[in-house]
Amino acid sequence: MSAGRRLAGFLSALVCGALLAAPVAVPAHAQQEQQPGPVLRVGLLQNIDSLNPFLAVFQSSTELGRLMYDFLNSNAAKDNAPAPGLAEKWESSPDKLTWTYTIRSGAKWSDGTSITAKDVAFTYNLMMTNDAAATANGSFVSTFESVTAKDERTLVIKTKTPQATMLSLDVPIVPEHLWSKVSDIGKFGNDQMPVVGSGPFVLTEHKPDQFIRLKANKDYWRGAPKIDELQFIYFKNSDAAVQALRKGEVDLINRLTPTQYQALGGDANITLNKAQGRRFSELLINPGAATRDNVAIGDGNAALKDVRVRKAISQGIDTKALVDRVLKGFGEQGKGIIPPVFTDFHWEPTAAEANKFDPAAANKALDDLGYRKGADGVRISTDGKPLKLRLYARNDRPNDVTSGEYIKQWMLDIGIAVDYTTISGNQMNEQTNTGNYDLAFSGWGTNPDPDYILSLNTCSQRPGADGKGGTTASYMCDRTYDELYAKQLAEFDRAKRAELVKQAQARYNEVRPSLVLYYENALEAYRSDKFSGFAKQPEGNGVIREQNGVWGYYGAVPAGASESGGSSNTGVLIGVVIAIVVIGGIAIVVLSRRRKAASDDRE
Amino acid sequence: MTDLLTPGEQTEPPASTGRRSSSGTLRFVLGKLGGAVISVAFVAALGFLLFRVLPGDPVLTMTRGRPTTPEALAELRLRFGLDDPLWKQFLDYVGGLFRGDFGTSYAYSRPVGEMILERVGPTLLLVGTGTVLAVILGMWIGIRGAWEHGSRFDRTTTSLALTLWSVPTFWLGLLLLMVTGNLFPSGGMVDPSTPKEFLPQLLDIGHHLVLPCITFVAVVYAQYQLVMRSSLLEEMGADYLNTARAKGMREDMVRRKHAVPNAMLPAITLVFLHLGLVVQGAITVETVFSWPGLGLLLYEALSYPDLPLLQGVFTVLAGSVVAMNVVADLLYRVFDPRVRAV
Repeated sequence: MSAGRRLAGFLSALVCGALLAAPVAVPAHAQQEQQPGPVLRVGLLQNIDSLNPFLAVFQSSTELGRLMYDFLNSNAAKDNAPAPGLAEKWESSPDKLTWTYTIRSGAKWSDGTSITAKDVAFTYNLMMTNDAAATANGSFVSTFESVTAKDERTLVIKTKTPQATMLSLDVPIVPEHLWSKVSDIGKFGNDQMPVVGSGPFVLTEHKPDQFIRLKANKDYWRGAPKIDELQFIYFKNSDAAVQALRKGEVDLINRLTPTQYQALGGDANITLNKAQGRRFSELLINPGAATRDNVAIGDGNAALKDVRVRKAISQGIDTKALVDRVLKGFGEQGKGIIPPVFTDFHWEPTAAEANKFDPAAANKALDDLGYRKGADGVRISTDGKPLKLRLYARNDRPNDVTSGEYIKQWMLDIGIAVDYTTISGNQMNEQTNTGNYDLAFSGWGTNPDPDYILSLNTCSQRPGADGKGGTTASYMCDRTYDELYAKQLAEFDRAKRAELVKQAQARYNEVRPSLVLYYENALEAYRSDKFSGFAKQPEGNGVIREQNGVWGYYGAVPAGASESGGSSNTGVLIGVVIAIVVIGGIAIVVLSRRRKAASDDRE
Repeated sequence: MTDLLTPGEQTEPPASTGRRSSSGTLRFVLGKLGGAVISVAFVAALGFLLFRVLPGDPVLTMTRGRPTTPEALAELRLRFGLDDPLWKQFLDYVGGLFRGDFGTSYAYSRPVGEMILERVGPTLLLVGTGTVLAVILGMWIGIRGAWEHGSRFDRTTTSLALTLWSVPTFWLGLLLLMVTGNLFPSGGMVDPSTPKEFLPQLLDIGHHLVLPCITFVAVVYAQYQLVMRSSLLEEMGADYLNTARAKGMREDMVRRKHAVPNAMLPAITLVFLHLGLVVQGAITVETVFSWPGLGLLLYEALSYPDLPLLQGVFTVLAGSVVAMNVVADLLYRVFDPRVRAV
């Protein structure tokens, strides 16, 4: 036997041995390390774009920002309503242009320095004066006139126009004594560990695309969290994350598909959470795209400019069937553009206002409008051509892709031919931003404050003459709607404002630049044998993760005193057995070859 | 098969003079290097243009779905130089490349070069280990299969290799995750709770490496096995083997000393062709097992889409293919005397 082969045999035995021995060695070490206290491990499906709260825009990163930094106000876990944060109380001048906040005393940065009104003023002023600092949250300060710290505890904000959103400033407050030294905000990674913050947890380690570690902030002004450490472990593949939950490698996961959610149902150690989501899905119906100066753009079908046609199309779509078949029941039929999870602002249509699936009525309406059916069952447009609409769906949104097939068929039932194409997210933006669509799937995640999503449908959000600068959601432009929008923004009585917000949604429904299809449920699961106490937002049917706050993680308490489950020990045992078998097997093979080689030599 | 995989030079008759001139070697090396430089320049230009053709306004991609003012959009355009004419953007890009600057990522606001460097290690570890194991395993089975061709061993290993070769990587990875139960971690490279000392880190990384590595090897080893097998089969009827046997050499020695070295060339070519692809070879495996390598980075850059990052990864991947091909060409002269003689 050659020396080379012997060496190879030895090496492979060594490698296999080492790899298989690893499960034995590692948990032993890990347990020693974990002794200080309970660690909550969370599966993370989206990576982190930046640790710098002025630049971070991914949902995962803003959630991390909430754990690291406190805000001026918070959103109550119970019902999302504005609640105290760093500000313990506030008042506004009679003209609603001057707001005075009292910053709570005793709140500290994690390096021991006191948090004062100056830190808050510094943060907002930075966003008002530094373009890079305005990247993520600049819109919150765009109407600010000035922000000043009168003393350690008094913050005064003057605005150019009355703002009903002054208690929903979703901006992480950073420590002035450290951030004033940062020279270029746009390039600052904020990765000097541990990162000084003021939230319930302190960031201590970040390995891009691998994991994030946060230690409990013992000095957090609401009181230290019940867990010692919070770890986010990154999974690019959601099926692997589900597997990790089953095995106990992670304790909490979200963004489950209905199939994954149902499959986890049988596990006694796992508790499921079906929550109302913050997202609505809609079908855009091009109402005649135009710029801010009312110059028509794009190539939307002219028939769609008639609101009666848009309504007939809506009547031809069975949103109930989409919820049942596409979402497998994990969702609710669409109504207004604010999902029902935000109970205060969600609009419930009357029987007359609601869109009812009624193909016969849709057919009649189109007949009455003069769109006669041709020989092939497709209606003839006013220009003599068949009534044919393009429908776009994003290929990375499976629910939209499936819904598209149903809608294509339903449209055919009312005599409209649909040319259905799936495209990339980027192509979709390109098509909708230029008005080059007839029908297209869209959708938005919404915030507890309704202002932003409402603003997306005002006339001024349409693009400028150069085709740039707008962020319209639907190319809607309606004077009544714009008036209602302006009124709600200047209304400071929450109940009265909610009424205006609902009227605006009713008007949106009337103009119908899109049909709201459904509100998807947010599906989550956690290891109830290890942790409990996750506070949902809102109470009852809310989410644990991706909240407008950190109540879910903050509320977590270790379940009982149960030590790490027997399953991992069995795993180690199996590992040992396999390692022995493999090493033994290799040894036998090597030895027998040797003997064979030796006997060969004797011949 | 041999003809397809080896350079055309080898079919030409050996030059009559036995001594090769050193200037010829130098010219050969310089020629190859020059070709490589041109290829890399071409790739860099192509990378730039390719990703500019992608539809969509990068700034709107960056801001879609959150409150933005027109001023903020304008500021973003300015910061990333998107208002500049295409030729100026290209010159900036090329100038940056010479300084080793790949630009700043749209999504992560970090230097692209830094992000790529972070990922090279994990990818080399996974794909390097996987390729070495696949080559050893494939060649060993290939040699045995050819020597005993038609035997049960030959038939089973060949059909097994073909089956694994055609299995979707994604599916195989998930299947392994399911059947191995608690034996191996579900993803990642190292557990956050593992102590930072060298040995525990090493063992934990090894533990995390097992499943991705098995998946990678299972899918790629077949090509080495089949190439080795067929090339050895071609040699088997050769007269020089009979001569060796006639000298009274043991069958084992005939195989090892005479047949295998001659059958090795196509396999070596294949290995070197694949070394260039090593860096990018594991996109699917890295995605299934959340392995923090270049493949995963490319996947993320594409789904954003993050132009500077895409460009950077693309240039690095293509550059490594070119570099490895040069190495293969040069090493070929060492392994095959017939090429050297030209």
